[in-house]
Amino acid sequence: MIEIAKLIIVAFILIGAFFHLIAALGVIRLPDVYTRNHAASKAATLGVLCILLGTFLYFYFIHDHFNSRVLLGILFMFLTAPVAGHLLGRAAYHSGVKMWGQNGPDDYKEYIEIKKSEKYQEYEAYRKKIEENIKAESK
Amino acid sequence: MAKQVLLNVFLGFMWMFLTTTYEPVAFVKGYIFGLLIIFVFRKFFDSRFYLYRVFSFIKLALIFIKELIMANIAVVKVVLKPKMDMTPGIFAYPTSLEKDWEITTLANLITLTPGTMVIDISEDKKILFVHAIDIKDAKAEIDGIKESFEKAIMEVSRT
Repeated sequence: MIEIAKLIIVAFILIGAFFHLIAALGVIRLPDVYTRNHAASKAATLGVLCILLGTFLYFYFIHDHFNSRVLLGILFMFLTAPVAGHLLGRAAYHSGVKMWGQNGPDDYKEYIEIKKSEKYQEYEAYRKKIEENIKAESK
Repeated sequence: MAKQVLLNVFLGFMWMFLTTTYEPVAFVKGYIFGLLIIFVFRKFFDSRFYLYRVFSFIKLALIFIKELIMANIAVVKVVLKPKMDMTPGIFAYPTSLEKDWEITTLANLITLTPGTMVIDISEDKKILFVHAIDIKDAKAEIDGIKESFEKAIMEVSRT
């Protein structure tokens, strides 16, 4: 029983460390802020989750100690990491960071221009256009 | 929903007082009987039987975990690929969800979906701006996933 628990604990901690390595590699290798943000926010979340879960299981099975703080840490990490990624991406866009690659579409730019000029009718037309685009694609 | 849970707790305490045993086991027993009573009288409440909502919430949490794992496998593939040949882009996604917490949950789910991240939400809360790591294969496939997310979230919030 203890041996199986040990195997599971080792698996969790190693997988967590692996995802952290991938996150670090992604931050070095990927070309711009947004893609790096993808790697950092996703891989690091699951990495921390796995390591914390491994720690929790270690203390629970080997030392017979139920540590609820680790579980709360997992929950908070789960809720806050995507929000942090979202805010970083938004702040980067608004301070004028360009996306890598020339041919990618950018619907957000149009929206910001409409918002700056404060023309509500143009915004309505823009929204209709987007909805029609989505409908045409799903057909 | 809160009304039904409160009533169920009240019925649990009622069972404890009726049997004059003041232990957690008696409370749990009373809670289960109370659940049965509320199920029988479900048509007198203005919202549906609350266990359905609890189940759909658990389903949403499971989708959340599954998507997190899938997204990480996708990230591993992108990072370890020798050639960087993707085309990143931002596309607009109109949503039909209305309440603030629903939109927040949808945004968090999209951020944890393979290859997508929410950049901003329009001021009238009707369009999400999503950054995709590779726009070509992302768009069609991701629309389908989001349909299932929106459905799962609506299932929780339905009265």
